[in-house]
Amino acid sequence: MIQVEKLTRFYGTFCAVDGIDLDVRKGEITGLLGPNGAGKTTTLRMLTGYLAPTSGTIRIKDWSIDEHLLQIKKLIGYLPESAPLYHAMLVYDYLDYIAGIRGLDKRRRMERIHELSDLCDLRSIMHKPIGELSKGLRQRVGLAHAMMEDPEILVLDEPTSGLDPNQIAEIRDIIRHFGREKTVILSTHILSEAEATCDRIVIIDKGKIVADGSTEALKKESTAQEKVVVVTLLKADFASASMRFRLLPGVTGVELMESADPDILRLRLTTDSRDNLREMIYSCIKETDWILLELTTEDKSLENIFRELTKEA
Amino acid sequence: MTSAMNIFKKEIQDYFITPIGYIVIGIFLLVTGWFFFTTFFIYSEANLRNFFNLLPMTFSLVIPAITMRLFAEELHSGSYEMLLTLPVRLRDVVIGKFLACTVFVAIMLSPTLIYAISIAFIGHLDPGPVIGGYLGAILLGAAYSAVGVFASSITRNQIVACIVGMVICFGLTLFDKMVFFFPGQIVEVFTYLAAAAHFENISKGIIDTRDLLYFCSVTFVFLYTSNLVMQSRR
Repeated sequence: MIQVEKLTRFYGTFCAVDGIDLDVRKGEITGLLGPNGAGKTTTLRMLTGYLAPTSGTIRIKDWSIDEHLLQIKKLIGYLPESAPLYHAMLVYDYLDYIAGIRGLDKRRRMERIHELSDLCDLRSIMHKPIGELSKGLRQRVGLAHAMMEDPEILVLDEPTSGLDPNQIAEIRDIIRHFGREKTVILSTHILSEAEATCDRIVIIDKGKIVADGSTEALKKESTAQEKVVVVTLLKADFASASMRFRLLPGVTGVELMESADPDILRLRLTTDSRDNLREMIYSCIKETDWILLELTTEDKSLENIFRELTKEA
Repeated sequence: MTSAMNIFKKEIQDYFITPIGYIVIGIFLLVTGWFFFTTFFIYSEANLRNFFNLLPMTFSLVIPAITMRLFAEELHSGSYEMLLTLPVRLRDVVIGKFLACTVFVAIMLSPTLIYAISIAFIGHLDPGPVIGGYLGAILLGAAYSAVGVFASSITRNQIVACIVGMVICFGLTLFDKMVFFFPGQIVEVFTYLAAAAHFENISKGIIDTRDLLYFCSVTFVFLYTSNLVMQSRR
């Protein structure tokens, strides 16, 4: 659906996007993830034709963006960050205007505005000026704007930034509903959001792609090398426990964790993820008179992966 | 072209759903009406010459005030990004906004037809200069609107857009009057470049292709430049 090759964009001498290669398939919800200033917005702006790439190519449905910009724009619905709409216009007037520009004829226009007002729940605010709406409502109008022509590709820049949890859930529902048969690309710096909505996650840092894959694949790749085991013990002291565990083959680090009860010792063991590790830890504890309360392996969260990949070198 | 029409419609509506349109029309009518009628009964001539003579000046003040928001506001609020990712050509955006402004100028001028009608009742009014005057006024309005569109496209600050527009419009209006100390031939060149001289010709009722060509080229040059400015923003 979307093929991006060696996409680069300079602002003056600052390189915002540095040779990105990306291939988005039809029907995928792709999340662009990265810290602020990583180049997410710039990438999306180039995909939607708002900015021209300094170098590199973008092909959408076998159309090159240099030659068929207008056709490509017809395929894409785009919602920029913070939904900059015309504040003086009424919601209905605005949607009607967009429908007109997108070339919907009079009858279809009414139908489509009805459909969208149901989908995005705009019925009660149709006759209010956009400037008087709250951020969440404005975002929903922006989504209706983006979905006007039932586009094949929906591009959303930080669709949930600045919204409260209820509004976030609503927007996510709309995106997932839409993403069932269409292609969606969204950018975010909130990890749980990417995890909750996206099929595939592309992590960008300093204009480069540092990771690309499904949520599960990303976790697996990272957990393949390291695993964390949390042990909760009673009647044990940190010095001797730490010494004992460190002697176990495969344990690379022991760390004291906070615990509410002073009698209870909580330890975090970093390991190289051998299969029989938990058995070894258990038998090691059995030799002492400590009481084992809890033994859990911790999956590395996406958050850890993200932090590892994007931390300052 | 349909997208240019859509943008035109939206921009025209914008003038009237916000107070700008009414305020600008009110000020325009007040100023022109005052200057015209204070001297009208002293001269007691049945023509609109004074009204049209003053028009390049009032337009230089008023038109930048109505064009300043066209692009600057969109650039400032970010809605420009929304607009340009819709399936529209850049030139359709420029043309739509320009047409909206020109039509607004025509709407602003239309109440002054009452001057012509009431003068026709009290004296013998020669229709030639009046028709020429209104034609010239529309052409002048279009040229100054194009200047305003250009001024608005170069900045995201509306006040800067307004001042730049005024400076260029006043320049075009007063150009030929400021170069009297230059040698004769050069003055002639400058006079050709100045809008006021061409407007005077038309408002006398003389419709010369040179004057028409002048206004069309000024309009085209400024619209084309705005298009280039917008393109370079990508």
